[in-house]
Amino acid sequence: MLDIAIKGSKNYWLWILLLLAVIGAGTIAYIDQFMNGLMITGMSRDVTWGFYIANFTFLVGVAAGGVMVVIPYYLHDYERFHRITILGEFLAVASLIMCLLFIIVDLGQPTRMLNVLLYPTPHSMLFYDMIVLNGYLFLNIVVGWKVLEAERSQVEPDWWVKPLVYLSIPFAISIHTVTAFLYCGLPGRGFWLTAILAPRFLASAFAAGPAFLIILCYIIRKFTKFDPGWEAIQTLSKIVCYAIIANIFFFLCEVFVAVYSGIPSHLSHLKYLFFGYHGHNMMVPWMWTAFILMGLGAIFLVIPNLRNNHTLLPITCAMIFIGAWIDKALGMIAGGFIPSPLHHVTEYAPTGKEILIALAVWATGFLVLTILYKLATTVKEEVRG
Amino acid sequence: MKKSRRSFLKVASIAAIGLGAAPAMNFAASNSHGAAKAVKDKNEEALTAHRWGMVIDTNKLTDEIAEAMTEACHSAHNVPDFNHEVDEEKYPNTRPVNMKQEIKWIWPEKFHYAFPYKEDEFLAEKFHHLPIPVLCNHCKEAPCTQACPTQATFKRKDGIVLMDYHRCIGCRFCMAACPFGARSFNYRDPRPFIAETDPDFPTRSKGVVEKCNLCAERLAKGERPHCEEASEGAIVVGDLEDPESDIRHLLAEHYTIRRKQSYGTEPSVYYIV
Repeated sequence: MLDIAIKGSKNYWLWILLLLAVIGAGTIAYIDQFMNGLMITGMSRDVTWGFYIANFTFLVGVAAGGVMVVIPYYLHDYERFHRITILGEFLAVASLIMCLLFIIVDLGQPTRMLNVLLYPTPHSMLFYDMIVLNGYLFLNIVVGWKVLEAERSQVEPDWWVKPLVYLSIPFAISIHTVTAFLYCGLPGRGFWLTAILAPRFLASAFAAGPAFLIILCYIIRKFTKFDPGWEAIQTLSKIVCYAIIANIFFFLCEVFVAVYSGIPSHLSHLKYLFFGYHGHNMMVPWMWTAFILMGLGAIFLVIPNLRNNHTLLPITCAMIFIGAWIDKALGMIAGGFIPSPLHHVTEYAPTGKEILIALAVWATGFLVLTILYKLATTVKEEVRG
Repeated sequence: MKKSRRSFLKVASIAAIGLGAAPAMNFAASNSHGAAKAVKDKNEEALTAHRWGMVIDTNKLTDEIAEAMTEACHSAHNVPDFNHEVDEEKYPNTRPVNMKQEIKWIWPEKFHYAFPYKEDEFLAEKFHHLPIPVLCNHCKEAPCTQACPTQATFKRKDGIVLMDYHRCIGCRFCMAACPFGARSFNYRDPRPFIAETDPDFPTRSKGVVEKCNLCAERLAKGERPHCEEASEGAIVVGDLEDPESDIRHLLAEHYTIRRKQSYGTEPSVYYIV
């Protein structure tokens, strides 16, 4: 089936070439990091995770978001998602590959990463994160591939594919729950130390994932003959709407607890993010932008006329996707580490090289996504044509 | 389709043989050593405790003493000093440092940083200027060892939290977990910034985490920790579980506080205030 990927138009190859160029540039920057250490990043003694782990956290969400098409289709027999289920699964595959790459580029000693397997440590949350991330990746590759193959041969998928689909649903929930547990089980970090972190992660995931899927559906419609269907997109947009409202609601619950209780170890991080702290206010414009984007996005999705507007919908989705990215990627890291446990304020901004390496990881994800979507759309065109 | 399945099975079977071979080879390897067992040689002079702990008397602290403690510890443990002028001949093209990425094992902090949220509104004047030494607390319930995915940081039976610099993958989860900011990460090769390498202690490589080890290497030789020796009596290290130990007497006679007790990590470093 992979042969489909090497037959493409001029635009297809130009896009692949562009992605490869970004990957190449990022690889050069990564070689520098590999040789000289993480000194090339903006991370510090106080802010020990940065842009890499931020993107990792966000992309775990995008991967988990794929389950929002799987559940309606496989559990509720919602036929309209028949055509896009595979898109959700392949989006999860690409996102998870990015997640794993982001973990690897963040390691100080990447050559030792197999130590996690050689010395399995069940009391570390990273142990479980490794299991569920790889498990979910494996499930989505197998399920996506088998279903697409069956569709191409116009037969029913093998009997054992369905149980794997059902298994992938709890896996989707658990990848993001465990990722939240990485953060919220640490005693000294008031910003993360909240039981609502995992639900909030899931809510923003179920907004960002499907929002991105809608944008991808638009792109597919433009560049291929395959039409994911407007009804499917409309249903997706309602899912995004509920999820983004839930995310904002959970955040406001968080704000209430911190502000009304007034406990400084919880409040100081929020103050830093939204108003600046002791004269440090690098994150302030970002955080307000994030919440304006998510808030406006929610309003645009609630009002039926705006939600059903063909031109506005992808813009709304982009707003929500970017807003959720700032909130969960940048905000989660900066808010957690600043101020530090000793209450020093050390700000963080990624360096150029750090951004380049991150872009290369994104480009790798998009390369995988492009190839998988090329397979999916071509097979679907073949079958219908 | 059939072809790809066959080639998959081929690869899978080769992989399975590989997986099977490793334990078999290990088995053969361990047998070749014969019956002779390694005998653990215990140093009779080694200082031992059920749970090592530390009491710091803030009344005896001055800027000079605090500085001397840091200096004694850092130079003996080959902790890099980013202010050190790099030997260009030995380490050509060393890039400029980022002071935010520095390494610290024990260092003085102002009272309101050492004890955030414990700073009273009308704190006595002398505390504003006091250099409080902060270091790894060797917590009884250490969150760093819980977070570490490879057991590269672990707790010894005698309460000391140690690091295996050769197992650490540099994920820095322990640093996120530590509520005391006691851990440092080697963002770069530390060696160009070591003025004089002490051959009695290993230098570290880039990409691993490090922190105070309560001078475990000295206790094993029957020697006292460096900071204690340099402290002019401000620091006393001893066995917290032994009611007759010096530090238990100090704890019985003085009012002491610990950093962030409310987190339940049970720090083993006490401060007399």
